[in-house]
Amino acid sequence: MTAPYDLNDDSVVVIIGSGAGGGTLGNELAQKGIDVVVLEAGARIEHEDFINDEWDSFAQLAWLDHRTTGGGWRVSKDFPNLPAWIVKAVGGTTTHWAGASLRFQEHEFKTLTHYGEVEGANLLDWPLTLAELEPYYARAEDKMGVTRTNGIEGLPGNNNFKVFKAGADRLGYKECHTGRMAINSADRDDRMSCQQTGFCFQGCKWGAKWSTLYTEIPKGEATGKLEVRPNAHVVKIEHDDSGKVTAVVYADKDGKLQSQKARIVCVAGNSIESPRLLLNSASSKFPDGLANSSGQVGKNYMRHTTGSVYAVFEKPVHFYRGTTMAGIIRDEAKHDPARGFVGGYELETLALGVPFMAAFLDPGGWGRSFASAMDSYANMAGLWIVGEDMPQEQNAVKLHGEMKDKYGMPIPDVWFTDHANDVAMRNHAYTQGEALYAAVGATRSFPTPPYPSTHNLGTNRMSEKPQDGVVNKWGQTHDMKNLFVSDGSQFTTGGAENPTLTIVTLAIRQADYIAKEMAAGTI
Amino acid sequence: MTTIYEQRPGLSRRELLKRGTIGAALIITGSAVISPDRAWGMATTALKPDTMATLIKLARDIYPHDSIADRFYAIAVKGHDTKAGTDGQHKELIEAGIADLDKRAGEGGYRGLGWEDDRVEILREIETTPFFQAVRGDLVVSFYNQKELWPHFGYEGESYSKGGYIARGFDDIEWL
Repeated sequence: MTAPYDLNDDSVVVIIGSGAGGGTLGNELAQKGIDVVVLEAGARIEHEDFINDEWDSFAQLAWLDHRTTGGGWRVSKDFPNLPAWIVKAVGGTTTHWAGASLRFQEHEFKTLTHYGEVEGANLLDWPLTLAELEPYYARAEDKMGVTRTNGIEGLPGNNNFKVFKAGADRLGYKECHTGRMAINSADRDDRMSCQQTGFCFQGCKWGAKWSTLYTEIPKGEATGKLEVRPNAHVVKIEHDDSGKVTAVVYADKDGKLQSQKARIVCVAGNSIESPRLLLNSASSKFPDGLANSSGQVGKNYMRHTTGSVYAVFEKPVHFYRGTTMAGIIRDEAKHDPARGFVGGYELETLALGVPFMAAFLDPGGWGRSFASAMDSYANMAGLWIVGEDMPQEQNAVKLHGEMKDKYGMPIPDVWFTDHANDVAMRNHAYTQGEALYAAVGATRSFPTPPYPSTHNLGTNRMSEKPQDGVVNKWGQTHDMKNLFVSDGSQFTTGGAENPTLTIVTLAIRQADYIAKEMAAGTI
Repeated sequence: MTTIYEQRPGLSRRELLKRGTIGAALIITGSAVISPDRAWGMATTALKPDTMATLIKLARDIYPHDSIADRFYAIAVKGHDTKAGTDGQHKELIEAGIADLDKRAGEGGYRGLGWEDDRVEILREIETTPFFQAVRGDLVVSFYNQKELWPHFGYEGESYSKGGYIARGFDDIEWL
């Protein structure tokens, strides 16, 4: 039923990227009868073909195009060419994500109002409220089958969760459960339930975890209004003299450049590729890149304040068994400046296999301290810290001054340095995480540094005023009416929550807006 | 690619003793490294056998797991020999790096230092060098990604073909 559209068909909406934002938007528009072409840089790999092996899966799914890094973050030292652990495949990073689906808290849409000016931070209120998003959050949760919503039962707790919960109870935390997860706890939406396989990050071979790859995309294709073109790596967006975007230039599977005409273009390539594409689309009319009159394209790169705590116990835990992230403590997610920082953080269960534990436990670490930690692998429990980080203008996705990709386009250079608030929050979380495990009898614990970023946010941020950001409250660029941003790069600030649910929510809402404006003939 | 021979007939004990040993266990002969007690051997093609033997020792010093046999460290560093065969710069990096280790260790070389602590002291001096970074950066994957080693760590690997852990102990913890 896939609808193949002609390259010269200028009536189509072209979406760049097929992940949480692009894949959802594509289906939502197709369901409304709008013709959509989704250009996806990666290959189409169906879920049966995912691999239960960390490095092999990484080679299969990860975005491994050349990137560089800079700034004070440790990732730049340990993984200088891997700023982010995200996916290049149909379904984007929804193949790899853990499934944690949390709504933002009300105050997190108004951080400048609630936190006040924070020195060195570029805080700004979102131009929308939780109340405006609630109906769309509800639609997203239903679509994704989020546990603990819509009468869907929570997932059962695995061994890692049981240790986590016991520690939470002893520390007096009140809100600890197996999470709001877009992973089926029972058969739903023609997808089976979680089999506790332990390879959520490698793509769910059962299809129990929501991914646009096997939900939104085939549903959209079934309407006959959606074409997904894999191996289509976009290099440039073109525009006419009036300042409207007109076409998208991409390299096809043979590396040959093609140009797809478009009525509307929606950029959803994740927070590194999306601003890179806008910057690389600079023209004589827009020498600083498209939609960049504010100068904010690529700026305010956020990646959540993260870190992990792993702990060793006298007896086995086998924490790699079961759903990777079905466990959460929300007590620290509140804004309580008495802790020495603004914003809050979530604690979520996390496990890695031996190969990735070796790579990420203490990157660069070696010797007896490291080896003895690895020897205790079977007796480990682990949690991940995910908290709100401060937007900072100098944290940015820039175009590399010299290095170009095989299509001749400058590669992205990702700069990040922690804000003092980020450091204070992470240290607080380390202390809490280590105390939690100590309360259950941990004999040793490890405050593990952040991994390459999975939550990439903010580089085309949403703002009320055109001078403060790149897009308006609908994700429509302030500068170009028929150019939209549809991924996490829209985020004005990051909140403490895993971003996918909010990305999906914004995409559903954006689809309604685009359909309305198309019908009204304004775009 | 790898040339590990289990139960390799190898040299007689008498022959080994005649040729002499360097270090505690590994025998260097012609173009090979042989473990007399564990009955395995590894032919080198680009790197000197002596270099390979020191690399194996170095690998163990980087990730010391006392109950894991030398052959797993040998498998893990074998890639340097392969790469050195086609990449002259890499060959030079490894040979020069090992020569530097031996020089720092003084008479008897790196493998001649009996105590791990003495060898680690040298490694701490060179841990930021491109040589050490190249060896450690490769090793963290080539060593820990050996499926044969995962049982040592209590990791069960692939689980989809077994139906996941839903009926195999995902929630079987009993000591809490």
